[in-house]
Amino acid sequence: MKEKMSIMDRIAESNKSVITGIDEKDIEYWVTAYIMGKAYKVPAGLTIMQAMEFAGYRFVRSAGCRAGFCGACATVYRKAGDYKLQTAMACQTRVEDGMFLVQIPFAPGDKAVYDINKEEYNVGTLFKHYPELARCVSCNTCTKACPQDLEVMDYIQDAIKGDFKAVAKESFDCIQCGLCAIRCPAELVQYHIAQLARRMYGRYECQEPEHLKIRLKEIENGNYKEGWDKFLNASIKKLEKLYAERDRESD
Amino acid sequence: MAEIKFIRGYPEYMHELINIVNKTRMKRKDYDPPAMSKEEREEVLKLHPDYAPGGKRKISIGQNKGDRGPNEVVDLLEAYPLIEEGEIDLSKVDYDVDILIIGGGLAGTSAAIWANNQGLPPEKILLTNKLRHGDANSMMAEGGTQAADRPNDSPLIHFLDAMGGGHFANKPDVLKGLVEDAPLIMHWLSELGAMIDREENGEFTEKWGGGTCRRRMHACRDYTGLEELRVIRDEFRDRKISCLEYYPVIELLTDGEGRAAGAVLWNFETGDYKIVKAKATILATGGFGRLHIRGFPTTNHYGATCDGVVLAYRVGAKLRDVDTVQYHPTGAAFPPQIIGLLLTEKLRSMGAQPINKDGEAFVFPLEPRDVEASSFIRECYIREKGILTPTGMRGVWLDTPLIELKNGEGTIENAFPGMNRMFKRFDIDMAKDPVLVFPTLHYQNGGVETDPEGKTNIGGLFVAGEISGGVHGKNRLMGNSTLDCMVFGRRSGIYAAEYAKTVKRRGKLSLEHMKKYVNMLKKAGIKPERRAPILLPEYRGKAVLARMIDIF
Repeated sequence: MKEKMSIMDRIAESNKSVITGIDEKDIEYWVTAYIMGKAYKVPAGLTIMQAMEFAGYRFVRSAGCRAGFCGACATVYRKAGDYKLQTAMACQTRVEDGMFLVQIPFAPGDKAVYDINKEEYNVGTLFKHYPELARCVSCNTCTKACPQDLEVMDYIQDAIKGDFKAVAKESFDCIQCGLCAIRCPAELVQYHIAQLARRMYGRYECQEPEHLKIRLKEIENGNYKEGWDKFLNASIKKLEKLYAERDRESD
Repeated sequence: MAEIKFIRGYPEYMHELINIVNKTRMKRKDYDPPAMSKEEREEVLKLHPDYAPGGKRKISIGQNKGDRGPNEVVDLLEAYPLIEEGEIDLSKVDYDVDILIIGGGLAGTSAAIWANNQGLPPEKILLTNKLRHGDANSMMAEGGTQAADRPNDSPLIHFLDAMGGGHFANKPDVLKGLVEDAPLIMHWLSELGAMIDREENGEFTEKWGGGTCRRRMHACRDYTGLEELRVIRDEFRDRKISCLEYYPVIELLTDGEGRAAGAVLWNFETGDYKIVKAKATILATGGFGRLHIRGFPTTNHYGATCDGVVLAYRVGAKLRDVDTVQYHPTGAAFPPQIIGLLLTEKLRSMGAQPINKDGEAFVFPLEPRDVEASSFIRECYIREKGILTPTGMRGVWLDTPLIELKNGEGTIENAFPGMNRMFKRFDIDMAKDPVLVFPTLHYQNGGVETDPEGKTNIGGLFVAGEISGGVHGKNRLMGNSTLDCMVFGRRSGIYAAEYAKTVKRRGKLSLEHMKKYVNMLKKAGIKPERRAPILLPEYRGKAVLARMIDIF
């Protein structure tokens, strides 16, 4: 029957398992995962998130972008026979046999309130808003907990030294899932501290580019008015012509 | 899955195919196939899911009766409300605000800040989220934000690029707003402390985007949306603007005279409802990727279910261009855990080429997205030169090691940390091996028709971001979506605030529009089988669903 199906039908058919849920009869390999202690047989090769859905869980919390950017699906697990408490993003981690899983639906973390324009660009600002910074005991638990593999403890130490640039660079890939803060024995909320440091760095270290300044002035002065009059009154045909005639900047 | 042998993340048989790509790489290094002519584009576009036969039907009721849309969207427009009239007590108002903003991505969050800048007190602005504040497609934007700020560029050239990309169906006055405010938005982001990629001389780093004739893509590594949104959200929180999470809107409210006047919110966890009365309402609910139109996987976040369009349509808002869907050419096709997830266009703007199973570069890497995506479908399903994955999908290679070859070793790790990390989690090193891609449902090009101020045809109802229709015409260019969110988030925030200040007399809250809509549905002979908004997609296992019973 394959040749009678349209291309669109064939594409839809090949995507079925991703779109409409998995059919058991298609599955060859299985693992057993323990979702909050309950054992479920789930297809091997799924992510933790897909495995939980297969088992019948419908997410309201603990699922967001499903692509590793938003930090909603912070997950904690232990494997049978292993003392280590491990962390993961459920949407980016393969489910494994013998995982004991629980998700963190919400990470309580007090965010300081500030006016970025009125802060002083020095270490005092970090300590003023987050005095608990001084409580870091350099245990490295935060780093071990980070599902993005960031050197969290290192950037906290950089923050203590007031090295905004180092904090900004090291923490840049943070998705603010909260796992570091949940695990921290000194009760720091690392991702909020890093957020402040990055904004300070972006605000005070990076000057407004010259080109941007000039362009803003040009727009303010109405430099493009004539061009707009021409474009907005042009027929589609005329615009098509202008489009076709554009020159492409060289690589 | 020890049963299949994997080497560097790929099953053994795929390595033979990878070797073919490796062999032709040096030859292709300085050669890209030429861009297509208008005629060639038109030919290949016949394979695009938007133009391929089937998949669409006419909307049978409402403002856009007779217009065509994807079946999955029309299904929701032709669906019954979640609530019944009389079930909701409108006399007790839980939140009485000047502006209600629905959706906390880049658009909604920007709107709140600019409404606050306009003089509205933070407690008179309410932002409500279906999921968490920031669970949005914005968060996942990788490639960048367009702004014409270099000397050889101008808002006019940006305008032409976007017009051509949108097949000249864009609303010119709205598009003018987009491109003219772009430099202002870059200024705003810098002022808030967003870390936008810079050159050593302090200027912005600006890369190519598909369909543009100038380099004007501003990025924050490959976490552009994440950086923009977390900075803007931080600013939002600094201002103590009211915010609700896990409170989706299930119906808009009107004032009895056809103007928007608030909404019915529903607590996703406890199941009770709240009534919001608002002088102005901004819908910033994003797109519809999770409807999986035509059975495509999607890059979109969990909550992208078209809710806002459905709600707006019921109060009589006009839609446009909902018939066009953007499929991003490069969704991941392997490994199965990440099918559909976005591999940013910036990979191609930095030199990665699409390659078929014979190791040939078969298309100019930076055609507009619809053209590029169609050429992948042609390669896989007409020319039969795709690569078959273990799950039965077909894809083409994206030759990512070329990026390292062209820009130096370590480029991928520096410029694409997010993607590099994603593949590494599944043992694939994209700096050494190519990755498999196939088009994925990415963006809702059209939506609720907007004007340059974010206004709709309904008094007091504004839109911003992906929900809106008009600015991108029938196809959006890379880097114009995050820009759209911030430009029209800002504009809708400002103009909604101004509008709210003029609202004096306010009628009684009403669900009259819903009653009328239900009557239209009945008159059109539509049975009450479907209800909308759907709020979230359904991915639970089939076996479990078959045995589920509702007793508690």
